[in-house]
Formats: sequence, C-alpha cells, structure tokens
Amino acid sequence: MPAAALTAARSLVATPAQARTIGSVEGRRAFAFKEVGKRFGDKIVLDGISLDVRAGQFLAVIGKSGCGKSTLLRLLAGLDRPTSGSLTFGAAEEGHSRTRFMFQEPRLLPWASVVKNVEIGLTGIAGGTDARQRALAMLDEVGLADRADEWPSVLSGGQKQRVALARALVGQPQILALDEPLGALDALTRIEMQQLLERIWLDQKFTAVLVTHDVGEAVALADRVVVIGAGRIALDLDVPVARPRRHGSAELAHIEGTILDHLFSRV
Amino acid sequence: MSLAIRLARNGAAGWLLPAAIIAGWEAAARAGLIPANVLPAPSAVAEAFWRLTLSGELIRNIGVSTLRALSGFAIGGSIGFVLGLANGLSTLSRGLTDTTLQMIRNIPHLALIPLVILWFGIDEEAKLFLVALGVFFPIYVNTLLGIQSVDPQLVEMGRVYGLDRRALFFRVILPGALPSIFVGLRYALGIMWLTLIVAETISASSGLGYMAMQAREFLLIDVVVLSILIYALLGKLADSLARLLERLSLGWHPAFQKG
Repeated sequence: MPAAALTAARSLVATPAQARTIGSVEGRRAFAFKEVGKRFGDKIVLDGISLDVRAGQFLAVIGKSGCGKSTLLRLLAGLDRPTSGSLTFGAAEEGHSRTRFMFQEPRLLPWASVVKNVEIGLTGIAGGTDARQRALAMLDEVGLADRADEWPSVLSGGQKQRVALARALVGQPQILALDEPLGALDALTRIEMQQLLERIWLDQKFTAVLVTHDVGEAVALADRVVVIGAGRIALDLDVPVARPRRHGSAELAHIEGTILDHLFSRV
Repeated sequence: MSLAIRLARNGAAGWLLPAAIIAGWEAAARAGLIPANVLPAPSAVAEAFWRLTLSGELIRNIGVSTLRALSGFAIGGSIGFVLGLANGLSTLSRGLTDTTLQMIRNIPHLALIPLVILWFGIDEEAKLFLVALGVFFPIYVNTLLGIQSVDPQLVEMGRVYGLDRRALFFRVILPGALPSIFVGLRYALGIMWLTLIVAETISASSGLGYMAMQAREFLLIDVVVLSILIYALLGKLADSLARLLERLSLGWHPAFQKG
C-alpha cells in the first residue's frame, strides 16, 4: 500500500480566522509537496517532486507536453491523489475556499447566465442575493458587469475565460491553480488576460500556480519558475523583476533565455 | 419586405401549401374531376364536420381519443424517462436492464396487437398498453443518450466547485440532457397518435378511429376524410406544443436564439 498521505486541512472546515494581510502572508506556507510521486499503471508521471510554496507567491510551472505539469496541478487541486509522498497545506481561513481550479477551457454551463456561472464559485460559501452581489462585484472586476445576464454562448473566447476567472476567484481562494487557461486565446487577448490576472493577483494576494508551455508568459507573471522534466524538478528559478513588468524588457528576455536553454539542452 | 418573407418570419408560410392543396381539391371536385365516392370535396368534409359538431359526436370522440393518447403517453413516457435517467446515471442499472430493453425495442409494438387483444380484450387497457409501449422507447433511448452525452468536462467542473450530487444533477446533468430529451418527446408524440389510430381502428367502441371505421361501414366518405384531417391537426398541435416548450426551456441553446 503506497502511503498516499494527505495531511491535515484537506477539507474546507475552517480553522480560526487569520488576518489576511500581506505582512502576515509573507513567509507563511501555502502548500508543500514532499517527495510526491504519481504513477498511472506502469507509467511514472511524477517521480519525487518536492516543492515548498509560500502564501501569496506566483509560481509558474513549465515543461514540454507530457512532462507531468498538469498532473502536478491536478494533485494540488485534489482532482487526483499521489501514489507516494505527501502534500500539505497551510491553514484554511474562514470564508475562503481553499483551492480553485481554472481549466484550459472555460467550462461554463451554457444553460446558466454569466452571473449564475460565477455564482457556482460560491457553492457552499454564499447563497441567494449575497451570492449574486458578490458574483456581480467579481464580474465588475474582470470588466464584464454589463454582460451578467447574457448566455455564455454570445461571449468571445477571451470573455468566456474572464467569466471562468471570476468564477474561480469569487470564493476568494487561497490557492488558484491555472492549467494553461490562456493557451487557446489569440496573442493580444492573451496579453490583456495576463495583465488582468496580475492586477487581481496583486489585489487579492492569493497563491497562484500557473501551468504553461509559454516561457514568456511564465517570466512575465511569476515570482518563481519551476521547470519539470521527466517527472522531476529540473530547474527552480526566482524571477526577481519589479512589477509592473514591461513585456519584452531585456531583464525578462535574459531569464527567458536561461529557461529555454535549460529546456532544450536536456531531455 | 416581400409578403413571402414576412409570412416565413411569423411561421405562416408553412400553411400556404396545405391551403393551396385544399383550394385545388375543392375546384377539382366541383369540376367533377374527382368523383364524390372516391374523395368528397372539402366543402362536403366541412359540412360533415359541422353536422358531427352539432350532434356532439365529434367532440366526444376527440375527447375520448385525446384522453387515451395522453394517459398512454403519461404512463409510457414517465417510465421511459425514469429508466432513461436511471440507466444514464448508474452503470449497475444499465447493466441489468439495457440489454433486455434493447431486445424488446426491436419488436414492432403494433405486432403485439393480436396478443394485446387476447390479454385485454378491446377495452381501454389494450389501447393504453399499446400507446405506452410505443411512447416508452423514444423517450427512454433519447433520455439515456442525453445523459450519456453530457460534457464530462462540465461534470468535472461541477465536482471541483463542490456541487453535491443533487445540485450536479439539476444544474449540470439534466439541463445538458434536455435537448436530447426533447427530441425523444417530439418523436414520441408522433408515435402516440400513430399507435392510437391503429389501435382504435382495429378494436374500439369509441374514439376517432372508431368513428372513421363506423363511417366506412356506412360509406360516409366525408366522415372518413374528416377523421384523417383531425388526426393530422391533433398531431400538428401536439408537435407545436412540444416545440413551444422546447423553445421556452432551451433559450440558452444557440439554435433557439433569435439573431
């Protein structure tokens, strides 16, 4: 029997509320992977991943397709269980959902209005008019307040993904897991979405884990970039560039170059 | 805007062709091209309609037939819907019943008429049984299909966002299956009338089919034609109601949004 120990704070049961100020967030742990392995049958997807992420950090996970980066995210969101090793979380806070997942596709319910879709993010947290008010406020945040009562089918791809972002964030999660959510968007919409994501992250100070294959996107957004290769962490790099960051600046380009070298010299 | 386009917009265009056919038919009958003992003129059918309405016979027979159709539909449709849901949601239930149901489905239900008459005689049960059986399969098959074709990504999303089983069913699975369920509903309504006509023609002592068969005995061709026309109208009415319901509940579907 492999020890698939998922320690403490697995449920949403709240522990005593903690002040959620930036000061206290610094240095506190959001989650930690300890020697986590994941196998599907004979195939080893993750092979001993250890990763300690502090609360409020923006982490980007890069790797070639099939390297196990999406699996890492699914473990984090509790969609899968590790075959070996353990996964621990920082204390849950009252009134916050712990982990939210943003998929590659918007995955909006076509039969629910935009605001009703956002309210899904408040399942078990708020209901009725309170839920609607919070959903509308979040839609305002992503710039779609005027589309609240429309069907998702009339929105563009970028707008749908913004609704999905609002749904993920309306419950004020402590950790937001993003599985290449911008992958299907065109280049300009993508940059807009990156800026929106950064702005909301700076505002709400959740821990963000972004899985992407776009190195440029990773260095533009993240505090820290982790490269996964052959199921292991191949590179763990801080991105000490002040915000707001300028797209295509020499500093970012240098870091991007380092990561790309690393990706292609190995594996 | 031309008249044709305007008519097409409000759905009246569909009635142009039937109206033209009736006008041509009347003209041909008056000119003596169609003998009255083969096909009576529309005006003769209208006269029969008026005569039977005044005597109350028509309303009574329509009422009897409609009641039979709807009761049979309610019985067969609800069993089909419940089994479709059960088999769509539970592999166990599907494993146990689907093979049996697929075997029964391949028997034309009208082929059971001799057996049904032996079992139930020519009473109401015989007609209810046949209509219920006929209606059951389109509803069952399409409900099952609808549930199986709900986007698994949406179901996963619902789980990730903490929807419980009840909420998952009512907010994700059922709405996702609804377009397919409506296809089954409309198909079943067609089968409902078809089965009832056949059942009433063969064995009945009241209802539209009985009225038509009685008229045939007495060579009242106008009444026979009238019965057939009323079947057509009732079928169309049922279909229109189903479409209205479909439009009301599938407003989110791109196919039902007005441009």
